[in-house]
Amino acid sequence: MSVLVIAEHDHHALKSSTLHTITAASRLGDDVHVLVAGANAGNAAQAAAQVAGVAKVLHADAPYLESQTAENVAAQALSVIAGGGYTHVLAPASGFGKNALPRIAAKLDVAQISDITGIESPDTFVRPIYAGNAFATVQSIDPVKVLTVRGTAFDVAGSGGSAPVATVTPAPDAGKSKVIGQELTQSARPELTGARVVISGGRGLGSGENFKLLEALADKLNAAIGASRAAVDAGYVPNDYQVGQTGKIVAPDLYIAVGISGAIQHLAGMKDSKVIVAINKDAEAPIFQIADYGLVGDLFELIPQFTAELG
Amino acid sequence: MKVLVPIKRVVDFNVKVRVKADGTGVDTANVKMSMNPFDEIAVEEAVRMKEKGTATEIVVVSCGVAACQETLRTALAIGADRAILVESDGDLQPLAVAKLLQALVAKESPQLVILGKQAIDDDANQVGQMLAALLDWPQATFASKVDIADGQATVKREIDGGLETMLLPLPAVITTDLRLNEPRYATLPNIMKAKKKPLEVVKPDALGVDVTPRLKTLKVVEPAKRKGGGKVADVKELVAKLRNEAKVIA
Repeated sequence: MSVLVIAEHDHHALKSSTLHTITAASRLGDDVHVLVAGANAGNAAQAAAQVAGVAKVLHADAPYLESQTAENVAAQALSVIAGGGYTHVLAPASGFGKNALPRIAAKLDVAQISDITGIESPDTFVRPIYAGNAFATVQSIDPVKVLTVRGTAFDVAGSGGSAPVATVTPAPDAGKSKVIGQELTQSARPELTGARVVISGGRGLGSGENFKLLEALADKLNAAIGASRAAVDAGYVPNDYQVGQTGKIVAPDLYIAVGISGAIQHLAGMKDSKVIVAINKDAEAPIFQIADYGLVGDLFELIPQFTAELG
Repeated sequence: MKVLVPIKRVVDFNVKVRVKADGTGVDTANVKMSMNPFDEIAVEEAVRMKEKGTATEIVVVSCGVAACQETLRTALAIGADRAILVESDGDLQPLAVAKLLQALVAKESPQLVILGKQAIDDDANQVGQMLAALLDWPQATFASKVDIADGQATVKREIDGGLETMLLPLPAVITTDLRLNEPRYATLPNIMKAKKKPLEVVKPDALGVDVTPRLKTLKVVEPAKRKGGGKVADVKELVAKLRNEAKVIA
């Protein structure tokens, strides 16, 4: 069985989401191919070749693949899939994969199974529904299974591979939409979805300025900073900080929730974290029910103490 | 410009869903149903386009059981002009819904289809992208700002690292994210007026679409319970536990 992974990358390196997806792919078959479609993306293709478990890298390069529009990524994947004999097509359940993969499924006239967290057999998968309040086991009758993979449910694939890189002809430019600008949040911190430690702030922080308290602590722990929807809605931090059902799903080794009450929406995005710490002045806050270590008190006193205690 | 807004009737976002004891699904009997919140944002956006003069007619569509008529009436009360229900009692999966919408687009010829990025029941996040693919239209998913001018849509969309701005020639499909707008409440006079707006009912067969499910749900279970509730007295104890018990910090 041949399995195709559509790589998420920045043209130089693979995103960690791709490494989680390759692990899921390896469970479905030995013949794992990775498509790297990009612009001057030779380095990303080489990086894919060195991932353990990858049998072959397919590298398509064209200037119009720079902006990774869903139309062009899907067209490229479909041209590779045609005649490729793939039984499964996988992409990360990230903004990239969610955007492009349904186009591929629709063109193949097959269902997509979104956000899988488990593989029961080559045609049966587990996925969360209702914001993770239930898990469905779903079987597909389609000849090709199209899947997005929840990164937190599969480990990162290791290195040590030495797969051949084949150049494939770029599919023609769909030419329909164009990206005319990007405003990326600048941060020297680890990426939220890949960080080992995440510190999130909620409405209890009271202002965007007060997130600086969390930054000092994050510096000590090499942590990423996230936020609850309430904090994002209040304008304390940008949208892409949001952890939750409609934001990012994270499952770090350590999650520290500061001034977050614990709405279901937020819990859906972080409750698979290995260890959860909650710091909140309200002892009745629902976040304490899922926290391993709850600390009741004033965050404005406790966070500087926490930072100082780490030396 | 005519705008088509597909909407879905889902379990209200305030309801804590319960998995049925026999593991066949979640209990939706006697549970409050509402319009999918992301679709409500799409309806609101279309109404604002009409108020600005960029949209001329708003057609709302729902695919599902007869009770979806209530959801459609809500959209009409917010400001849509007319409604279509594609009535089916069966399980309509995202690919089938995308095909039904494709057939309606062929009949209605809208310049824009705007819908929620995902429904809060199955969390699939597929229909908009699938519809765009079937129509060979451009798409902008996860929109947080939309401007329509000169036959083009300029869309600011939420991506993992921040925001991206796209330019799309119309016709196009746009899916809405949380912060595109805050939907208004329907006023009582508008709710009364909505009762008189046209609502057409069609069957999938009449649209020539095969809606046979491709996926079979074998079981539905509750998530594993997390054993929480532990407390520490102070920061010293917290740091000691994180170091020595949980071993997650050095």
